[in-house]
Amino acid sequence: MNRPRRLGIAPLAALAAVSMLVAACGSSKPSSSGALQASAPGVTAKTITIGSHQPLTGIAAPGYDEIAPASNAYFQYVNAHGGVYGRKIVYKYLNDQYNSSITTTDVRQLVLQDHVFAIFNGLGTPTHLAVAPFINAEKVPDLFVASGCACWNAPSSWPQTFGWQINYIREGKILGNYIEAHFKGKKIAYFYQDDEFGLDGVKGLGYEIPASQVVAKEPYNVAASNPAAEVGTLTAALKASGAQVVVAFAVPAFMALLRLSELSLSFSPTLVSSDVGSDPQTLAGLLDSFAKKSGSFGTSLIQGIITDSYLPSLGSNDSWIQLFTKIHNQYIPKLPLDGNVLYGMSVAYAFVQALFKAGRNPTRQDLVNAVNAGLSQGASVAPYAYSSTDHDGMTGAFMAEIMNGVITSLGPVQVTDNSASGAVTTDTTAQPPAPTSGIP
Amino acid sequence: MTLAKHLGIAILAGVVLLALSSKLDSFRQYQLAQVAATVIAVAGLTVLIGISGQISIGHGAFMFIGGYATALLVMHLNWPLVLVIVASAIVAGLSGAIMGVAAARLRGPYLAGATLMLAVALPAVAFQWQSVFGADQGLDFTVSTPGFLGASFQLTEWQAWLCCVCALIVLVLLANLLRSRVGRNWRALRDDDTAAALAGLNVAQLRVRAFIVSAACAGVGGSLLAVTMLNVTPGAFTLALSIQLLTAVVLGGLGSLAGAIWGGIILVLVPPFLTNLASSHGYAAGSASVPIVGYGLVLIVVILVFPAGIQGGVRRLLGLARPSQAGPVNAIGRRWQLAWKSAGRGSAAGDAADNAAAGAADNAAAGAAAGNQIAASEAAATDGVTQEGTP
Repeated sequence: MNRPRRLGIAPLAALAAVSMLVAACGSSKPSSSGALQASAPGVTAKTITIGSHQPLTGIAAPGYDEIAPASNAYFQYVNAHGGVYGRKIVYKYLNDQYNSSITTTDVRQLVLQDHVFAIFNGLGTPTHLAVAPFINAEKVPDLFVASGCACWNAPSSWPQTFGWQINYIREGKILGNYIEAHFKGKKIAYFYQDDEFGLDGVKGLGYEIPASQVVAKEPYNVAASNPAAEVGTLTAALKASGAQVVVAFAVPAFMALLRLSELSLSFSPTLVSSDVGSDPQTLAGLLDSFAKKSGSFGTSLIQGIITDSYLPSLGSNDSWIQLFTKIHNQYIPKLPLDGNVLYGMSVAYAFVQALFKAGRNPTRQDLVNAVNAGLSQGASVAPYAYSSTDHDGMTGAFMAEIMNGVITSLGPVQVTDNSASGAVTTDTTAQPPAPTSGIP
Repeated sequence: MTLAKHLGIAILAGVVLLALSSKLDSFRQYQLAQVAATVIAVAGLTVLIGISGQISIGHGAFMFIGGYATALLVMHLNWPLVLVIVASAIVAGLSGAIMGVAAARLRGPYLAGATLMLAVALPAVAFQWQSVFGADQGLDFTVSTPGFLGASFQLTEWQAWLCCVCALIVLVLLANLLRSRVGRNWRALRDDDTAAALAGLNVAQLRVRAFIVSAACAGVGGSLLAVTMLNVTPGAFTLALSIQLLTAVVLGGLGSLAGAIWGGIILVLVPPFLTNLASSHGYAAGSASVPIVGYGLVLIVVILVFPAGIQGGVRRLLGLARPSQAGPVNAIGRRWQLAWKSAGRGSAAGDAADNAAAGAADNAAAGAAAGNQIAASEAAATDGVTQEGTP
């Protein structure tokens, strides 16, 4: 049984006073030597406890339920190789079923009862939006939200919150730029989740694709009581519009339903998908299970889907893939080695980077300052945007196509910004390889 | 006399809760507020089902109405919190009145179906008018602690106080209502509506009233839940919530206000307790399914060991068994049997036989037919006594 550790107001006030004093003296630079101390809530001489909310069951669980175990596997690897300045990372992730009301309670438990040092990689746009005000009010670092909503980049109102993956506006622009170049004059339709995720994506697409080319916009409701029926109706509308290219900003389950509805309606447009819904293993598995088929059914249905990716491709002999494959085989061999596992380990790597930068005895503010000072790109294919005025994560991605169940690159990494006028350009700097130790 | 007794118990409980809440850490205070808010909704539902004999599988919908009314009133009109809670209760009560009009004409599975529809359909409203209700993301708002408590007073403690005080007020009001003529009439209606009508009771009006009271309670519960979480989302008021409320009513003890408290506690505290238990024993990866399995086990054990709910079990253990505990379970069970049969078979002769059989078994029917409604409820009590020995 987990007994709540009670932290009176007095030590907190003292801590706040001391840290303000230190800041005022202009010597807030994290110390790099000295004994390990309990320097902040969640940090003891031996451990750093962090928390998260994840959809381990429910509509968003397929695929996404692998992310936190994968992050944890990377933390285990770090712990087994000396930890962070000798401290072991304890990762406590609670199941919110992708339901904001459960997220609200989960995060209060993590912050108020478990006294975690930081919230790490809380998954989902609607879910995390429900807790971001609370996390910021409690001044808890909120690192690397697992969502590409552009809303995490609000350093003045939410100074503790940072995005990580490329945001949906940037992603929409990169996809839109490709579509505009390769499907000029074709009829285009959008299929998207009716919330910040889909709306941001459509916004980015709209910056690149002329409105006159768009023949239909069909939003779906992720909480629909009968998702299959809802997607069926929307797909019929897409077909009726005469669309030749369908661009989807959808979670994997809805992506699979879209693909099955297309099949039953004999509707075969070119399918372009956001990275969110295009992990080949997850998608193929969902298609098999929804259609109660096996063998190559799912894999054949996803052949040729055009997408983008912001992490190195699985199946390549990239140094990052080698590192993460090694950790996967050692710590979580039962999970499939897919895009979700890759995601979980990559974001965990970024978090360990930030922890090292925050110093030997970090306060919560040290961690925030560390990210504000910028991070090197790690497993991301494009540089991070982090600064004290920009809390967006990755700035770019590369276009790809699903071929025989594998994400296959269609060209170099493209980078862009969030604005309507900012161009999509090719990133010329090469991604640094993974460190041989596997630790930042 | 009873008013004084109920008030005394409530004040005592209030003092204990106030003393307790200041000792708790802020997450426990938050949970206490959640429990209190849930207890209010469960209490309203237990009155509807256990006392007035009507079923609702969609009570989460009234919590939805109360919650969204609260969020909208705080955000747009910035009314004082107490006024907001009362207004939310009124809005939910009014929608309960509309539902009640339908309920007055429906029975058993038909009523269940109608209320179920409400719970399924209502959250869609949030998606239909996205600019007002905020779709999936719902509505965020803030409340602050009142000035007289001082600037350093914790918000969670204030929320716990507010919810506990509201819960106690609602419980006292309900307890008195159940002891009053209205409560007695509801019991008569529950045990045999034909007999109650013969005794001169306005059955339709009583049903509507029960729905209003119950929906208003759910509205207060939803409102306080919103004030505790500081947001409302459609995901907070799913069909699953409605079913959980029903489960809490049965677990606690059908028709028992004390049982509603048990039900609220189980609903809020058992799932996170089991999750923590699982993760502290190293089942982090499997902890997603542990609360579901554990919750199922709690259900099975309670139903097997305490067929009259936890409160019924507590009374039996303490030797306090009171006849009314067993009454509603049996009366409603019989009513459902009858309703299913007549719905499924439609054979007039068979129904007549069933009705005759049920009538013979039902002392209440005979009592009420004699023309005295109080005799009816007392007969129901006697009915309970005779059946208490063989649950």
